[in-house]
Amino acid sequence: MVEILFELAGISKSYPGVMALDDVSLRVYRGEVLGLIGENGAGKSTLMRVLGGVIAPSEGVIRIGGTDHARLTVNEATQAGIAFVHQELNLFENLDVAANVFIGRERLVGGPLKLVDNAQMRARVTPLLERLGADFAPDTLVDDLSIAERQMVEIAKALSIDARVIIMDEPTSSLTISETERLLEVIADLRAHGISVIYISHRLTEIMTCADRVVVLRDGRTVGELTRDALSHAAMIRLMIGRDLKALHSPPKRPPQPGGCDIVGLVTSAFPDRQIDLSVRHGEILGLAGLVGAGRTSLARAAFGIDPLLGGEIRIDDAPVDVASPRDAIRQGIYLMPEDRKKSGLVLELPIRENVTLASLLNYARMWLVSGPAERKVAKEQVRRLSIKVPSIDTEAVTLSGGNQQKVVLGKWLSMQPRVMFFDEPTRGVDVGAKSEIYALMRELADQGVAIVMISSDMEEVIGVSDRIAVMHEGSVSGVLERPQFSEYNVLQLAIGHALDTVEAAAP
Amino acid sequence: MIRKELGLALLLVVISAITGAINPAFLSLVNLLNMANLIGLFGVFALGEGLVIITGGIDLSLGSMFALLGVIFIDLLTTYEVPWPLALLAVLLGGLALGGIQGFLVTRLKMQPFIVTLCGLLIYRGAARYYTSDSTRGFGYGDEAGTLSSIASGHVAGIPNTFILLIILALVLGVLLHRSVYGRWLYAVGKNEEAARFSGINTNLVIATAYIISGGLAGVSTVLFVFYTNSVSPSSFGNFYELYAIAAAVLGGCSLRGGEGSILGIVLGTALLQVLQNLVNILGIPNSLNFAVMGTVILIGVLADQQLQARRRRKVALASVARTTPRSAPLQGQTSAPLRGAAVVPTHTSDQT
Repeated sequence: MVEILFELAGISKSYPGVMALDDVSLRVYRGEVLGLIGENGAGKSTLMRVLGGVIAPSEGVIRIGGTDHARLTVNEATQAGIAFVHQELNLFENLDVAANVFIGRERLVGGPLKLVDNAQMRARVTPLLERLGADFAPDTLVDDLSIAERQMVEIAKALSIDARVIIMDEPTSSLTISETERLLEVIADLRAHGISVIYISHRLTEIMTCADRVVVLRDGRTVGELTRDALSHAAMIRLMIGRDLKALHSPPKRPPQPGGCDIVGLVTSAFPDRQIDLSVRHGEILGLAGLVGAGRTSLARAAFGIDPLLGGEIRIDDAPVDVASPRDAIRQGIYLMPEDRKKSGLVLELPIRENVTLASLLNYARMWLVSGPAERKVAKEQVRRLSIKVPSIDTEAVTLSGGNQQKVVLGKWLSMQPRVMFFDEPTRGVDVGAKSEIYALMRELADQGVAIVMISSDMEEVIGVSDRIAVMHEGSVSGVLERPQFSEYNVLQLAIGHALDTVEAAAP
Repeated sequence: MIRKELGLALLLVVISAITGAINPAFLSLVNLLNMANLIGLFGVFALGEGLVIITGGIDLSLGSMFALLGVIFIDLLTTYEVPWPLALLAVLLGGLALGGIQGFLVTRLKMQPFIVTLCGLLIYRGAARYYTSDSTRGFGYGDEAGTLSSIASGHVAGIPNTFILLIILALVLGVLLHRSVYGRWLYAVGKNEEAARFSGINTNLVIATAYIISGGLAGVSTVLFVFYTNSVSPSSFGNFYELYAIAAAVLGGCSLRGGEGSILGIVLGTALLQVLQNLVNILGIPNSLNFAVMGTVILIGVLADQQLQARRRRKVALASVARTTPRSAPLQGQTSAPLRGAAVVPTHTSDQT
């Protein structure tokens, strides 16, 4: 455990306006399992991409075997024995296991003909698979493998290049319990063979099981390190949170009114065995927190009619509503500001005017013919009301900044009569000025009686803007917090699936 | 948008003028009216093809549809002696139905338009040949559809009816595409189907409708071509015609990626193709080079258009950079108590618990 495999010293990475990593130092010893934890956006993935040679750090040194590097290339990282097992597995489903293991390093026969030597590659992969206890043959198509088996292929690939450290990013997020246990056994075996593992996970129980040491990142910095004997859930959570949060909250003008939107026993295709129950009152902003992949976006998509409902129903003011398609949802006044505005929110090459009126065009048409003046009036109204900064309503949406694009999507819905609005990550990629404008608009809408559900992975936003917070964990709502209970600690407890043992009062 | 059509019109005029200068016969009334007739014949179904291309799809089945609907049409009139209005109705409905099936396969069963309509191309052609035992069908000496024939191949004040029909259909479809809610939806779906769906548009219906319109126009074209040739030989009737339509649409500014193109552009594209064909004859260029000339002009046309667009986009990008840079700086300064940005923006840490 004394040999240092490599060391990151004083690594910083800045993007325009954002410090993704700030003076991070990290050592990896031979044959250890290093747990790397932190909230969404704490910088874990960026740090690992620096290590993998995918991005160059702005400052700092990467020290491998006594030599200092300002940055690594992907090849250097591979040569240094750094291998990834990606969250979204990077395998070619149309090729077999052996071909995937040797991709880019194919063994050749036939001299100048450069034919691929399948037999040799398969023969070399067989012992690797045996070592991992995998029960599939090297000539199996990856397409026929389960997620857990594909992970074994990735690990076999890492072993085939004599990896000294394997980075696993959320490896168990799609595994069953027994598959997870199997993976943890493999990790223990790797460690016994002197191979280090960097294990990134939100699942603190797994970290507890396998990690020798845990490093905690927060806001792009290393905020703490826990050795095996100091590991506990509480200690890890305490380190992950603890930022000072600005007071963003502007209280509602009046208490939430009775009635609103009730989601009862909803089952989405993402989590077919979980039910979601959620209520949001007219005039209230309900924050929807949770880890990435907890099923929040699936919920919004189902409620908006994009994905089919596998069960349950949606009620507005106690009357069940039909949301078989987005058209139905819109007719009921249920609108969605999608997560990816460029892909799902806007038609980028169309002018702002046409984007604003896209969903409500029939309202400005007679006999299906669009009335130009009526349409322009609506577009101008929205541009003024949302103070969208554009030269003209005929400007193509693609030329706008993120914040202004988001406001155009908002304008599309506000030109109609919203009753329930889902905002999915409403301020992602939006500058600070536009952010506070969007918060103010959401509050204004709530005060007009709209029921608002705000999905957000930004802890500050969730705690600062919401009137109540519902937290999701693996497909269902694990708890709802009232304002006095708001704290990062409580949100995170619920997000990783723990019950609130003792309700902590919010920190001052 | 309109700049493209203007350029195309200019190209059409320049080519016509040069050809006319070399051989004045090109501009003779007889030749012009002959060209007008062909533009009408080939323009009608190019309009439908254009709509399909705007959805991001393609229709390869048109030529075979003409053969299948053509032999049925003639058989209805001659063998079964069905009154012509009924035969006409049957052909139109047949075209709409085939378009409907293709639209259903593309939207509901999520099959690729290229495959669906390629299979259509093969199936309809085969069906037409089997139905007729590969023999040519034509009108007898009787007067089975005199009225319809004189409508389809006649002329008003010297102008061929086919051309007049094209202008009428182009006006109707022009309003549909450029003024109606449906047209707006069609462009939105072609550009970004997902965003259209997230805006509550029934994207499947919008796309399927384009295929149905294309099928209906193929029915109209079938009747026009039948009376133009007066007979249908099922193995060659309409061969490659879908490619003329695709060429016209692409030349007229439609992008095969979808979301782009205009009715005026498609009409001009059709006209340009017919002028090119005519020019090959009139200038004494070997007729065998016909396709080669067409191909070259389309290739150069699309290439030039792409280059011009790329240049325009660079200009727009530069302009928007110039516009936003001076504004964003003071804006950030104004926020006296800056809100923290995304979760990755660092702040000084203080222990909360």
